[in-house]
Amino acid sequence: MLLIVFSLLAGAAVGSAIVVVLHRNPVVSTMSLVVTLVATAGLFVMLGSPFLAALQILLYTGAILVLFLFVIMLLNVRRERTAVTHASGMLVGAGVCAVVFAGAVVRLFWAAYSETTVAPLQADSVSLIVVARELFSTYLLPFEMIGLLLLVAVVAASWVAQKGEAVESPKPPAHGDPR
Amino acid sequence: MTIPIVWYLVLAAVLFCIGTFGALTRRSGIAIFLSIELMLNAANLTLVAYSRIHGDSAGQMFVFFALAVAAAEAAVGLGLFISIFRLRHTIDVNRLNQLRW
Amino acid sequence: MSALDYLWLVPALPFLGAAVNGLLVRNRHKSLATAIGVGAPGLSLLVALACLAEFLARPGHAPFEQLLYPWTAGALSIDVAFLLDPLSAVMLFVVTFVGFVIHVYSVGYMAHEEGYRRFFAYMNLFMGAMLLLVLGSNFLVMFVGWEGVGLCSYLLIGFYFDQDFPPQAGRKAFIVNRIGDFAFLLGVFAIFAQFGTLSFKGVNTAILEDIGAAQAPFVLGLSVASFIALCLFVGAMGKSAQIPLYVWLPDAMAGPTPVSALIHAATMVTAGVYMVARTNLIYQLAPSVSMFVAVIGAATAIFAATIGIAQNDIKKVLAYSTVSQLGYMFLAAGVGAYVLAIFHLATHAFFKALLFLGSGSVIHAMGGEQDMRKMGSLRKHLPWTYRTFLIGTLAISGVPFLAGFFSKDAILGAAFEKSPVLWIIGIATAALTACYMLRLLCLTFLGKFRGTHEQQHHLHESPAVIVVPLVILATGAVFAGYAGKIPFTHFDWLGGFLASVIVVLPGHEGHVAHHEIGLEVMLVGASVLAAVAGLLLAWRLWGGYRGTSSDEALARRLPRAYRLVENKYFVDEIYDRFVVRPLRGFARFCWKVIDSVIIDGGLHVLAFLTELAGDLGRFTTTGNVRQYALYFFTGVLVLFWWMIF
Repeated sequence: MLLIVFSLLAGAAVGSAIVVVLHRNPVVSTMSLVVTLVATAGLFVMLGSPFLAALQILLYTGAILVLFLFVIMLLNVRRERTAVTHASGMLVGAGVCAVVFAGAVVRLFWAAYSETTVAPLQADSVSLIVVARELFSTYLLPFEMIGLLLLVAVVAASWVAQKGEAVESPKPPAHGDPR
Repeated sequence: MTIPIVWYLVLAAVLFCIGTFGALTRRSGIAIFLSIELMLNAANLTLVAYSRIHGDSAGQMFVFFALAVAAAEAAVGLGLFISIFRLRHTIDVNRLNQLRW
Repeated sequence: MSALDYLWLVPALPFLGAAVNGLLVRNRHKSLATAIGVGAPGLSLLVALACLAEFLARPGHAPFEQLLYPWTAGALSIDVAFLLDPLSAVMLFVVTFVGFVIHVYSVGYMAHEEGYRRFFAYMNLFMGAMLLLVLGSNFLVMFVGWEGVGLCSYLLIGFYFDQDFPPQAGRKAFIVNRIGDFAFLLGVFAIFAQFGTLSFKGVNTAILEDIGAAQAPFVLGLSVASFIALCLFVGAMGKSAQIPLYVWLPDAMAGPTPVSALIHAATMVTAGVYMVARTNLIYQLAPSVSMFVAVIGAATAIFAATIGIAQNDIKKVLAYSTVSQLGYMFLAAGVGAYVLAIFHLATHAFFKALLFLGSGSVIHAMGGEQDMRKMGSLRKHLPWTYRTFLIGTLAISGVPFLAGFFSKDAILGAAFEKSPVLWIIGIATAALTACYMLRLLCLTFLGKFRGTHEQQHHLHESPAVIVVPLVILATGAVFAGYAGKIPFTHFDWLGGFLASVIVVLPGHEGHVAHHEIGLEVMLVGASVLAAVAGLLLAWRLWGGYRGTSSDEALARRLPRAYRLVENKYFVDEIYDRFVVRPLRGFARFCWKVIDSVIIDGGLHVLAFLTELAGDLGRFTTTGNVRQYALYFFTGVLVLFWWMIF
């Protein structure tokens, strides 16, 4: 039963990944990515992280990919003539690299972990309470810093994307100011 | 029957490589970005799998933060894209080659 | 509070004077420059005299050491310290006294020079370095002074740097000295390697503890003592102008006359003699090297004397005379009569400085002319200069009762014991010395004036500031001899004074100081005879109104011999052909081939390769980001492989 679920999710993930990479229409690519991400969220659940699964769907699909769609619409990106580049050198190179890398990593994983079995999930290890406890004690500092990072990103993104000249610096006080 | 944990890792590796291929080969900037998101996602999957292997929640925390960072990075990157588009009116990375010799 | 505590002031004051005059005083403040330039050596002299007075009062003339700064670096422990013992006391007196007198003289002589202040700065620097040399209690301090006087010699010879020749002469002096200094350093290294210490007391103690070790074979078939003695002597050869390293001294006459008097007559060139006397224990243990020293001394003495006869420049004659007299000193040191070497050093300092300063007075009166063929009859115009010069001439010739007689006679007596051959050379040299000195006197002061009319009008006796030093030195030239060995008697104040410095080895009795009466009569008679013979010959040839006619006659009668001697045996030319040219050629080779082609070429190739790499490498900067990403990823792959497998 789990096997079926796993195969479905895995198959969907890989399939839509291939579509993301090979389709000419950017909107279709984005949508395929949504499918992949949702499948991944399901895999997260199977691995015992429902919290992350929820986050994945909320953030990734719900925010980031929506942003992507916004930009695609804004820039009126058309479908391209060919999805991938003409340069055969790049194609071959990228292909080779990817395949080699895949082979290496898979072999590595297989060698290391093919025998490993994991304990079945306990209910309390999966619950949100545990996650929250960890997040707000051991990882409090990174948590706060992430907030700062997001602030910086927001400022940066708005500044980078704005139209026209930079905002003028405030004029110096005209009168009554001691030098 | 439980799924051997190694299948998750293999799946993540495959996804990563698909994403790499896409990042290296697509012409449209947006598409490259999407491929990069794919790679990030694969990495997250690996992390969660590892977290499961060791029973340590650190992996999940890592994913949490990686997610946030990916969001920030996507925002800024798309902002850059908008900026470039305004200037060059193209997203085709073949045409964005002012840094050549 | 003892004066000896202020011993360090003796070298320090001149250094201070040099620093102030050299760095702070302006050229236009001549009186200030004079005050400092003469005051510093003057004060130094006063302190020195006070120290000497106190030293003489010490029981047994015990040596006094003043430690300024102990310096230890690992196994090496050398103190910056001064030693006042009888030997350095004698040197101290000579250097400070004669030095001060010459400084006073220079006030008058250099009065119209542009570089007046600079001159005094350099002279003070020299005094400081020389005093370091004689007061140092170990080889290192002595060597610092040794190098310092070499530097000042270079600076002062090349004093008129706007002319062509003086800087060349200065360089020649420095380079020839360097050759000697190299050997000197080898000797010092050997001393340290063998005895582990560089202080004079320490070395003597170490040697006396184990005499056999000092005579053990060392290197090149020489024993330890022989090697050290030889190396040190080569250093002395350079500094004290013996064959073959004497060639710089005649050229050094390009410097102002007070420089010639102070550095190249009375003090710097005598440093070698002082050094040999200081290390007399080592030389006593190296009899073959000592004999070598004596032979070189004798050979130099007669060689230089023969050249002196044919020179026409008044200062060149005196220069070769100095070389010759230095040869006498080394002859004495070589036969073991270290006291006599120092004795002659002291008397020579007085009369040679006198002669040089007198010649300076003459040159000054002649408006810069130095060629004796243009002089003559100066006796009438420069009476005091003439009188003092006469005393100096008689003294150096060895006329009885003047200083030179006592010291030269004693040396000849000592030489006779060691080897009659050396004695014969010495006697011949004495005759030649008297001869060329009287020739000098006659051509300069007697006879008819051979110069131009303007020169004749310009002739005048020099001012008091020049004449008074001449008189002082003349007094010394007369009376200094009585301090040493007086023939036919047992009086020898200097010998007794210096006895504690000369180490007497068990088994040797030291050199016999007094001969039996018959031998003494013969020896003294012979040296007086030689002096008189030389004087008579000179009078016959150059006396009265004969002027330079005898030079021309001699040149006609013995053309080749005269040419050989007049051109100083072409030694400079030989050196030029066999030493200087090959070295220049080698230097040119190093420059044109090794430096330009090989080294620069190598660099050019390197630069070319770098440019080539750049030219080729730029093809990778396509601006295509995706391509970069591919490279990036490939790199990651490689890294991955490498790390995992």
